[in-house]
Amino acid sequence: MVDLNLLNRALRNEQTVKAEIEKIRQIITRPWVLMEICGGQTHAIMQSGLDQLLPPEIELVHGPGCPVCVTPLELIDKALTIAARPEVIFCSFGDMLRVPGSSSDLFTLRARGADVRVVYSPLDAVKIARENPHRQVVFFAIGFETTAPPNAMSVLQARSLGLKNYSILVSQVLVPPAIQAILSSPQNRVQGFLLAGHVCTVMGYKDYIPIARKYQIPMVVTGFEPLDLVKGIHAVIRMLENKVIDVENAYNRVVKPEGNPAAQAIIEQVFQPVDRNWRGIGTIPLSGWGLRPEFAGFDAELKFGVMEITTRESPLCIAGQILQGRKKPVDCPAFGSTCTPQNPLGAPMVSAEGACAAYYRFARRPV
Amino acid sequence: MSEIPLPSMEGPVCPLPLKHDEQIILGHGSGGRLTHDLIRNVFLPYLISPPLKEGDDFARLADCKGEVVVSTDCHIVSPLFFPGGDIGKLAVCGTVNDIAVSGARPLYLTAGFILEEGLPIRTLVRILESMQAAAQEAAIQIVAGDTKVVEKGKADGLFITTTGIGFLPKERSINGHNARPGDIILISGSIGDHGIAVLAERGELGFSTDVSSDIAPLNGLIQELLAAAPRTHVLRDPTRGGLATTLNEIAFQSGVGMVLEENLIPVQPAVRAACEMLGFDPLYIANEGKVVAIVPESEADAALNAMRRHPYGRQAARIGKVTAEHPGRVLLKTSIGAVRVVDMLAGEILPRIC
Amino acid sequence: MCLGIPGKIIELYQQAGLRMAKIDFGGVIREACVETIPQARVGDYAIIHAGFALNLLDEQEALETLSLLRETGVLDEEIGGQNSTQD
Repeated sequence: MVDLNLLNRALRNEQTVKAEIEKIRQIITRPWVLMEICGGQTHAIMQSGLDQLLPPEIELVHGPGCPVCVTPLELIDKALTIAARPEVIFCSFGDMLRVPGSSSDLFTLRARGADVRVVYSPLDAVKIARENPHRQVVFFAIGFETTAPPNAMSVLQARSLGLKNYSILVSQVLVPPAIQAILSSPQNRVQGFLLAGHVCTVMGYKDYIPIARKYQIPMVVTGFEPLDLVKGIHAVIRMLENKVIDVENAYNRVVKPEGNPAAQAIIEQVFQPVDRNWRGIGTIPLSGWGLRPEFAGFDAELKFGVMEITTRESPLCIAGQILQGRKKPVDCPAFGSTCTPQNPLGAPMVSAEGACAAYYRFARRPV
Repeated sequence: MSEIPLPSMEGPVCPLPLKHDEQIILGHGSGGRLTHDLIRNVFLPYLISPPLKEGDDFARLADCKGEVVVSTDCHIVSPLFFPGGDIGKLAVCGTVNDIAVSGARPLYLTAGFILEEGLPIRTLVRILESMQAAAQEAAIQIVAGDTKVVEKGKADGLFITTTGIGFLPKERSINGHNARPGDIILISGSIGDHGIAVLAERGELGFSTDVSSDIAPLNGLIQELLAAAPRTHVLRDPTRGGLATTLNEIAFQSGVGMVLEENLIPVQPAVRAACEMLGFDPLYIANEGKVVAIVPESEADAALNAMRRHPYGRQAARIGKVTAEHPGRVLLKTSIGAVRVVDMLAGEILPRIC
Repeated sequence: MCLGIPGKIIELYQQAGLRMAKIDFGGVIREACVETIPQARVGDYAIIHAGFALNLLDEQEALETLSLLRETGVLDEEIGGQNSTQD
């Protein structure tokens, strides 16, 4: 019998968090650069102010773990093209509504009369498809591995229900290739990784061991609450100070080494590895998932024949550099002036967990 | 001209002579017989006041002592009914509260109704009943009103606009410019109840909860607060945009900074759970029955106790301080003891998965 | 990328071909698909993301976290001190 309320409060308690930070202080001897891969972790760190409490030797840089931020511009433009069609009910997670395309965004499209609906789950989109047999329902299936099981399941359910009016626009991306891309860059400064806890609860963390060994970088599976984050950071620092290279798990409540095989099976049924273009970074081979050929009928890109789209990215936006941890949002000349959450130039300023949005909302900047 | 047979006006007139499944039609807004009957038989039984009974297009208000304070509000909430209230109660309480936070006594309200063609009259009656109850509780009279009808699809059932009139004793000066460094920031109770209750009722996100809207007329609470803490500097009700937006507005108006303490801000467990699930911050969720009071340190305890003695202020709490530093900026000491910025709400609140 | 929170399974049922559950997040109830946790029973806790169970919560680990904190005397403070309103 677990009191969830109490558990939550315990994980955000000043005393326990500071006690764990003290343990780090006692073992740290030099500066270290750590990257947290998951945007949800970036958000949690900035919202709680955890970065202020850590020993100054630790520099946290933020990774490209924001599926909203890395969804390529041409895919956003395709989404807008599809959503504008009168027969389409375009369903999306709230996160994607205000991401700027080349000339508009879903929010603006909705204001102009397009049927764009925010859903909490892809299964809600399937329900909408069942309730509207004469409309085409399209779901914007973005996400890392965490969101792949629900996205895949929506297709499986649609198929078993015999629905012909449901399709998904896929932007599934994977963490391990992204980490490889960051670590293989000659400008890489990252010395330790906090791995995304919920990605790992689905996929397990065995895939990271060869990467850790190849690049000699320790990694720790980490959760999202302040105490979980500090425990993860503590574990990485401990390995770094002791020159240990390994992948450890600091989120035992939820993560097992093998992940969740049932969830992986659902993904396997529906998706296959594909090359993916990461907004601001470029194409990383086999860094995403796409629908298997037998599910082509559920692929919105095919169904709507969205042709090659000319995209236009803002020249001022340095999102790519930020997503790879090379620059901080405050390094960007447009930050807070030409680029704000109300008028974003790029995705990291729009996404709730984008580094730029997190800095803008939570960091101490002058009025 | 209307094709519907007019109800007989002979004999005792039932307040609801029209059939229960009768709907609002365009003719009800034409200004002719139908409008007249609608007002007489549907509106007037619930919006009871001497001026309305007179039947003129104006209300003469004799009982006027002090400076006049006036406020107006438009109400478009959807759905019309939700746990804890409805658009009618919201309309009355919203404007009563806007007047009350000036330190004035709200006495009169006007109400304009834009009705959508097809609105069931039964629904309208339920809303009017609710307005009557709220007006009685707040001890105010609705003294003037108007109604028009728009075509189907042009209003979400109905829209209500209310204007409130109150009277301010001469010595009182409560407004957004008055916050001073050293002042204590108080809230009358838990935040986020209204927003979450309405969102649950809308059903689009598929969750259910026992949370009720906190809609309430706060003039009684405020009068007791001011009696105990007469030097109160600022009062404001944090509605749309939440507590965070209201405090940012005041900080900006007064040219002061604020520091809040996360651990001290009251949030119901179910509201917190809903926010966690959807990725919301309770600081930005709407309230409709809470007041922020910024009082000099010397009167903080008295103010707090006065609120806690009142049924609408049982969970009142001290949540922060006003400071001379970082003027215009509101900061929050988080639950883990760090400090971060609390900005105004930017744009719509959308549920997120990231 | 992963807003997932723990909730308690209070009901299990089939719907539209899928194994579903009613989840109590602590005063908020929502349904979620539990196809990925076929071993789950009523009373278990799961991590829910986008209306979908990612995995079961290891109760033993959760209780250990709570007890770790109880040792530091923090929890008694939690129950008494921190501001939360009871309905």
